[in-house]
Amino acid sequence: MSTEDTREEELKGVGCSRKRKEDPRFIQGKGNYVDDVKLPGMLVGKVVRSPYAHAKIVSINKEAALALPGVHAVLTAEDLKPLGLHWMPTLAGDVCAVLADEKVSFQYQEVAFVIADNRYIAVDGADLVEVEYEELPVVVDPHHAMDADAAIVRDDLVGKDEAGQGSRKHNNHIFNWDVGDKDATDRAFESAEVTVKQKMINHRVHASPLETCGCVASFDKVKGDMTVYMTSQAPHIVRTVITLLSGIPESKVRVIAPDIGGGFGNKVGIYPGYVCAIVASIVLGRPVKWIEDRIENLSTTAFARDYHMEGELAADKDGKIKALRVNVLADHGAFNTHAQPTKWPAGLFSICTGSYDIPVAYANVDGVFTNKAPGGVSYRCSFRVTEAVYVVERMIDVLAQKIGMDPAEIRMKNFIQPEQFPYQSALGWEYDSGNYPAALKKVMEAVDYEGLRKEQAEKKARGEIMGIGLCTFTEIVGAGPSKACDILGVGMFDSAEIRIHPTGSAIARMGTISQGQGHETTYAQIIATELGLSSDDIQIEEGDTDTAPYGLGTYGSRTTPVGGAATVKAARKIREKARKIAAHLLEVSENDLEWDVDQFRVVGSPDQAKSMKEIAWAAYNNVPDGMEMGLEAVDYYDPPNFTFPFGAYLAVVDIDKFTGVTTIRRFYALDDCGTRINPMIIEGQVHGGLNEGYAVAMGQELPYDTEGNLLGNTFMDYFWPTMVETPKWELDYTVTPSPHHPMGAKGVAESPHVGSIPCFSNAINDAFMQFGAEKHIDMPHNAFRVWKTLQEMGLNKD
Amino acid sequence: MAKTHIQFTLNGQAVETLVEPRELLIHVIREQLGQTGSHIGCETSHCGVCTVDLNGASLKSCTVLAVQANGGDVTTVEGLAQSGELHAVQEAFMQEHGLQCGFCTPGMLMRSYRFLQENPNPTEEEIRVGMSGNLCRCTGYQNIIKSIQVAAQKLQAK
Ligand code: FES
Ligand code: FES
Repeated sequence: MSTEDTREEELKGVGCSRKRKEDPRFIQGKGNYVDDVKLPGMLVGKVVRSPYAHAKIVSINKEAALALPGVHAVLTAEDLKPLGLHWMPTLAGDVCAVLADEKVSFQYQEVAFVIADNRYIAVDGADLVEVEYEELPVVVDPHHAMDADAAIVRDDLVGKDEAGQGSRKHNNHIFNWDVGDKDATDRAFESAEVTVKQKMINHRVHASPLETCGCVASFDKVKGDMTVYMTSQAPHIVRTVITLLSGIPESKVRVIAPDIGGGFGNKVGIYPGYVCAIVASIVLGRPVKWIEDRIENLSTTAFARDYHMEGELAADKDGKIKALRVNVLADHGAFNTHAQPTKWPAGLFSICTGSYDIPVAYANVDGVFTNKAPGGVSYRCSFRVTEAVYVVERMIDVLAQKIGMDPAEIRMKNFIQPEQFPYQSALGWEYDSGNYPAALKKVMEAVDYEGLRKEQAEKKARGEIMGIGLCTFTEIVGAGPSKACDILGVGMFDSAEIRIHPTGSAIARMGTISQGQGHETTYAQIIATELGLSSDDIQIEEGDTDTAPYGLGTYGSRTTPVGGAATVKAARKIREKARKIAAHLLEVSENDLEWDVDQFRVVGSPDQAKSMKEIAWAAYNNVPDGMEMGLEAVDYYDPPNFTFPFGAYLAVVDIDKFTGVTTIRRFYALDDCGTRINPMIIEGQVHGGLNEGYAVAMGQELPYDTEGNLLGNTFMDYFWPTMVETPKWELDYTVTPSPHHPMGAKGVAESPHVGSIPCFSNAINDAFMQFGAEKHIDMPHNAFRVWKTLQEMGLNKD
Repeated sequence: MAKTHIQFTLNGQAVETLVEPRELLIHVIREQLGQTGSHIGCETSHCGVCTVDLNGASLKSCTVLAVQANGGDVTTVEGLAQSGELHAVQEAFMQEHGLQCGFCTPGMLMRSYRFLQENPNPTEEEIRVGMSGNLCRCTGYQNIIKSIQVAAQKLQAK
């Protein structure tokens, strides 16, 4: 190995499976999660929740609760009203009740907040709050939300012809959003040789990270400072919202997102519990902790999906797709609290043309209110991308079935070809880079696709049921260019600030926040490669708004595309200054210098060199005339475009025809996320995303009865795969760098969730299609539902 | 509510405290005794993040009352390393990337610690079954299983 290679290896930079920096504290029980925060004089809050999905609040009697020793206060909407805090703005331009104002609109809605000495007394106190309700008719099925006689979910919006995201046509209507050339699409359908149409549901689920949401709010009455420890994926925007709500200057609000026990989209929003804790702390002048329990988590803080879609494809009889049309009914629950970039009511759903060269397309989305918990956040995916990928990946299989073509062949036939990039999609995106045929081919060879199809046919002949699912997805992540994306008017840039110390170690702070992705490890690798300093000497900090530069946070796979790019840019600013210092030290012109792993050396005279460490020292005592001392830089990166990671997945399932139990025999996942920063971490992210996709496709669901009662909100009912059910994952990759990202990286953690859901679903549908199933089978594909299909089709016989 | 005096050994140290009879062991360990390594994920015995070792058996500490630990011997993740040396399960989880957000990790480690004493040389299937009381949302389990296999080797080599 050359010395250059050794020097490079010592940096532990980009491309190396560096062990994680955060692990030593986590394996010794020294993590610092929000619930671990204990401040002197801290009180605990508990939310009183509605048992009804829709009811008038006749009265609230707090007396018995207040009489309980150890209870300090009980807050209701009446108490918040004088402060103007009984309602709060949502990221989607709507408002959301902090505590129910005159009526409740979903089961488990927040009605009162009891503050007590400890968690036990808080719960006792909450039980003693007497609320009298008068039940109202409910709207549960989104398909009936806009019926003429439907109950009105939101009295506060009656008479208003918009709810923050464009005009609406019914009291329960939130918005209509469409994209694409409708007329051209209609024409393509009229003249097509083959058309297919299929309804399908992306059912209501919840991201449910293992740590629930919570906060500790601490208001210092003397200084007027507010500090909030919060499970937040976006602490800076939370600080802005707290300021907008409370009037406390942003400089006096400090939001700290410490270690976070998983987020997956659940921790992007701002929930009533947070606001109650903040208000309680202001009112009582003491720190107040609020941590939701699991039932509260699954029932209230931001569900995902609930997209009722109808997909249509037009094609010629050889399977070449001519047009795509999608109509969606989106159930957003009682308040429009979905967390999308503000101007995008359906998120980035318009990625629904997928990996295919579809000449024209049209998508139309209506959002409606129902008497169910509010949300519609992105569960381990970029905004509404799982929904979009699901519809196109299912539809292409539906089309394949109709014309009797193999699902792999029809994909190959319709892929955007490598030479078409940058590719302009019919719905307005410019895909940055990709090589879809190569990815699918690699997977098919690795699993012996033809062999599998042969085996399937043989099994079928014996009455055994095997399914093969494919998914060749394209994601759109890294929101986003601020001209297209903002949250409450703040552009979706992200930031990095790097400071090199005289002895050559460094500290860097970013506007993003890790929830398990290992940012402390990977950001340091980026800086190591850019600056030639060992990643072991680079300290990464995030999540404290007092110290970190403003950023929009971590969700929608935006950390690497946006925060990572800011980090590269900041490091390169430092390197440019370092070059000047090196030239000064070596008494040569800057142009005579070249960068070499960890030093600047004189071209043609490699012995003359100054290492980054030497330059760092000189930055504090010997800089060229007229240059500022010090070696640091900040970058606020506004990406020119999104990035478009992609992958090719294949699942093989065996279905027990008597019990409906599905065994995942193989799951092969090939991902292309461009440049790979830490392969070990990427693999871990992919494993985790696949398992969450497995959970959604095969069992997770938040089911409601006709009265709006949530029927499964504990881990008893809500499916979380254990090690026993979880399949073995086989991973693979290709590398197609993003041309516009400064290091070619695209982001990866969400692809496996987005890609695996349709893959599993295609496998189940494939299993039944071969036996003549005519209609698409909706998720979740749990044993009972699979068994029902077996029963309906008469397949559960010997 | 009247309080009861209890005492037990926590990570090798004698501790005593006053608790209400209804208080769960996990709350007492975390909130009174300040050992916040063990976490809370459900309080309904499903997730296993509160797993500790009580008198030589794995225990979901949200499942028992603190008074039931009276006179007992409790080990939490904070007590795994001995005289500054990490336990093999800790080393293996770090080496094999068996954790991400770290929230399930204390419970995973405590269950692995006990499981590998129950079955020092487990097959992959046995690991999957023996660890099925512990949920993880981040890792998809594959590297956790690998970590436990590596820990088993490390322990046998000792
Ligand atoms: S908190 Fe004890 S099992 Fe979940
Ligand atoms: S590492 Fe996050 S839950 Fe297991």
